[in-house]
Amino acid sequence: MQSTEEFRASTRAWLEENCPSSMRTPMQEDEVVWGGRNASFENPDSKLWLERMAERGWTAPIWPKEYGGGGLNKEENLVLLQELQRIGARQALNSFGISMLGPVLLEYGTHEQKAEHIPKIVRGEIRWCQGYSEPGSGSDLASLNTKAALDGDHYVLNGAKVWTSYADKADWIFCLVRTDFEAAKHGGISFILFDMKTKGVSTRPILLISGASPFCETFFDDVRVPARNLVGTLNDGWTIAKRLLQHERTMISGFGLSATASSRSLDVSSVEGRAMQARGDTGKLSDPVLRDEIARYKIDAEAFAFTSQRSMEEAKLNKGPNATSSMLKNYGCELNKRRYELLLQAIGTQGLGWASANNEDFSVDELKVTREWLRSKGNSIEGGTAEIQLNVIAKRVLGLPDMPMLTTKKGS
Amino acid sequence: MSMVLNEDQVMLKDSARDFCQANAPVKELRRVRDSQDPDGFSRDLWQQMVALGWAGMTIPEEYGGFGFGYGGLEVVLEETGRNLVPSPLVATVLLCATAINLGGSQAQKSVLLPSIAAGELLMALALEETAFHHPTRIACSAERQGAGFVLNGQKTFVLDGQVADKLIIVARTSGARDDADGISLFLVGREAQGLSVLRSEMVDSRNVANVQLHNVQVGEEALLGELGKGFEILEKTLDVGRIGVAAEMLGNAQEVFDRVIDYLKQREQFGVLIGAFQGLQHRAATMYSELELCRSAVRRAFAELDGAQEDVPALASVAKAKLSEILGIISNEGVQMHGGIGMTDEFDIGFYLKRARVVQALLGDAAFHRDRYAGLNEF
Repeated sequence: MQSTEEFRASTRAWLEENCPSSMRTPMQEDEVVWGGRNASFENPDSKLWLERMAERGWTAPIWPKEYGGGGLNKEENLVLLQELQRIGARQALNSFGISMLGPVLLEYGTHEQKAEHIPKIVRGEIRWCQGYSEPGSGSDLASLNTKAALDGDHYVLNGAKVWTSYADKADWIFCLVRTDFEAAKHGGISFILFDMKTKGVSTRPILLISGASPFCETFFDDVRVPARNLVGTLNDGWTIAKRLLQHERTMISGFGLSATASSRSLDVSSVEGRAMQARGDTGKLSDPVLRDEIARYKIDAEAFAFTSQRSMEEAKLNKGPNATSSMLKNYGCELNKRRYELLLQAIGTQGLGWASANNEDFSVDELKVTREWLRSKGNSIEGGTAEIQLNVIAKRVLGLPDMPMLTTKKGS
Repeated sequence: MSMVLNEDQVMLKDSARDFCQANAPVKELRRVRDSQDPDGFSRDLWQQMVALGWAGMTIPEEYGGFGFGYGGLEVVLEETGRNLVPSPLVATVLLCATAINLGGSQAQKSVLLPSIAAGELLMALALEETAFHHPTRIACSAERQGAGFVLNGQKTFVLDGQVADKLIIVARTSGARDDADGISLFLVGREAQGLSVLRSEMVDSRNVANVQLHNVQVGEEALLGELGKGFEILEKTLDVGRIGVAAEMLGNAQEVFDRVIDYLKQREQFGVLIGAFQGLQHRAATMYSELELCRSAVRRAFAELDGAQEDVPALASVAKAKLSEILGIISNEGVQMHGGIGMTDEFDIGFYLKRARVVQALLGDAAFHRDRYAGLNEF
């Protein structure tokens, strides 16, 4: 057993040798590595970096070695994160398999299921998407109606999912289906995995108020899925579904973090920097109301970043995602929405352009602000609406009572 | 730098909680108010706190303290805040001991600090001159006279002024109004000729005073720090004070919040516990979230005070701005969510509302600190 300091030294040395220098620069959106059968690498170093990290299992550092993970303990994981952060290393792999499916598969899957899927997730060979929401089941997710009927050693799936991020690019899907229509609504749900190339699966992208999006509608028309792909207990998929949502919230709460002030000097790409530049201000922002609002926002963003850090430290001392995941998700999203409202105020009507095909009225950057502002409205809807998160906090964290009439009413 | 309390802090916090609950619950403040106690706090209780080591926590060992660091006061202040315990912790320990430790001569430190740690000396920082926190707006003057100085002016909102044995007077020795340069700090004994200290009766029943200085003569040895350079010490001291007061406010807010949640689980209307109403649930969940951010802002600021000390001013303003804003909201909700009983004097929640507004203003309100934060961030 090597000591933490030995581990830090060897990790640092390994990273120095193996992290290509181009992987130590900030990543543009189109450079994000998602992996999968049709993986694309904007920069060839990205491929190298992914392979090297995956080889050590460090794309999923705390997952067991048996399935290709890094097998690190919490302390070593923290050291690895710190060392990656120290050199500004890019995330080698961005993956719903790592952030969402993997943790629940490790918790609820059979040995065979783990052996089949986990190593491919670690290496980024299979890209996953999430089949949760349905056209008629948004916040009331458990009312979902996609039907899975047993036929021999296969389930036959019929129904539709919506808001399936990157369904058109994903290789496999983890999906909630109804396997019992007689049971109470939470009782008849199962969690199942299948290949998106299976006959009868089709997808259609969704255009948002902000324009093109990764979201899709996904349709299942007599899709035959091997029964062994069902994860956990039949009709007890809701347990897994909830667990997975906690992991998802933890991920989404990261949105607000980008807003954190890392240094005390003025950054022209910051909200306040843009506001001053747009007004030709030097030294001090001339609009006192906006200045106060930006300060309030930045103070909240700092306190939020400290809270995320505290939550991480607390999770390391205890275990897994904790009750604060709903709080962090909700607050992070609200912060991000505030940031974009302030950005609009910061740059005035320059933040309200839609396109610049015929002229140069709006810069690429300004057009991006408009679109991202619109897109940010979805932050407090996806992954559980703000209202649902507040319900979760009120009931699970604060232990406030349920309204009696709601608890007695059953069925979907 | 850790965002979680260490083992020593957890132990200290537990013992502070037990002590405050057993000896100084809100009814102690009620006693002080109703008996019109001239001291505004219990000297006996203070001696017990001194025996627990609270007075010497931040004072270096060579000056009779324990050198535990500010992280000790962090958890103690949260607990005194929970119970609204009136004590000299803020004025004497947090503010004055810090100023002396930062700016004092060897002689000043070795006389004053051990007395503070031993609970034998109470002090007050006389800074404000108007109804608004403005550390450079100093008109109170100190003019050279022979080997010493003559002080003239008036001070308001002086925390613990009327019980202090010694005051630190913030005075101007040169420069114009609002200049940071030219501010000097003077140690003035309570018995000095020409000094008058009168207690102001405040809404929170705690101790502040009006101080008048009329030709108060002090010697050269009364000067704390360099002549005209007092603001540097003052600003650092105020940041320590702001962070400490934020910890006390965290305790205030946490206690109100806990009482609200208890009440939501007990009070029935329309045949159900009112905590089942979504209109109240969402407000409670929002307060919980804000309180978590408040806790982190306080912890982070204390970690900086006991650690790198590089970013203290901004972190102090983050903590004080955030706590001032959120305690304002939570103290209002405390009354509202208790309904009619929350309006009665018999019920404790009103004490928290009254205290809230005073600590919100103390050492700079939310607007002051947002402005300061913006300035520190160059916008």
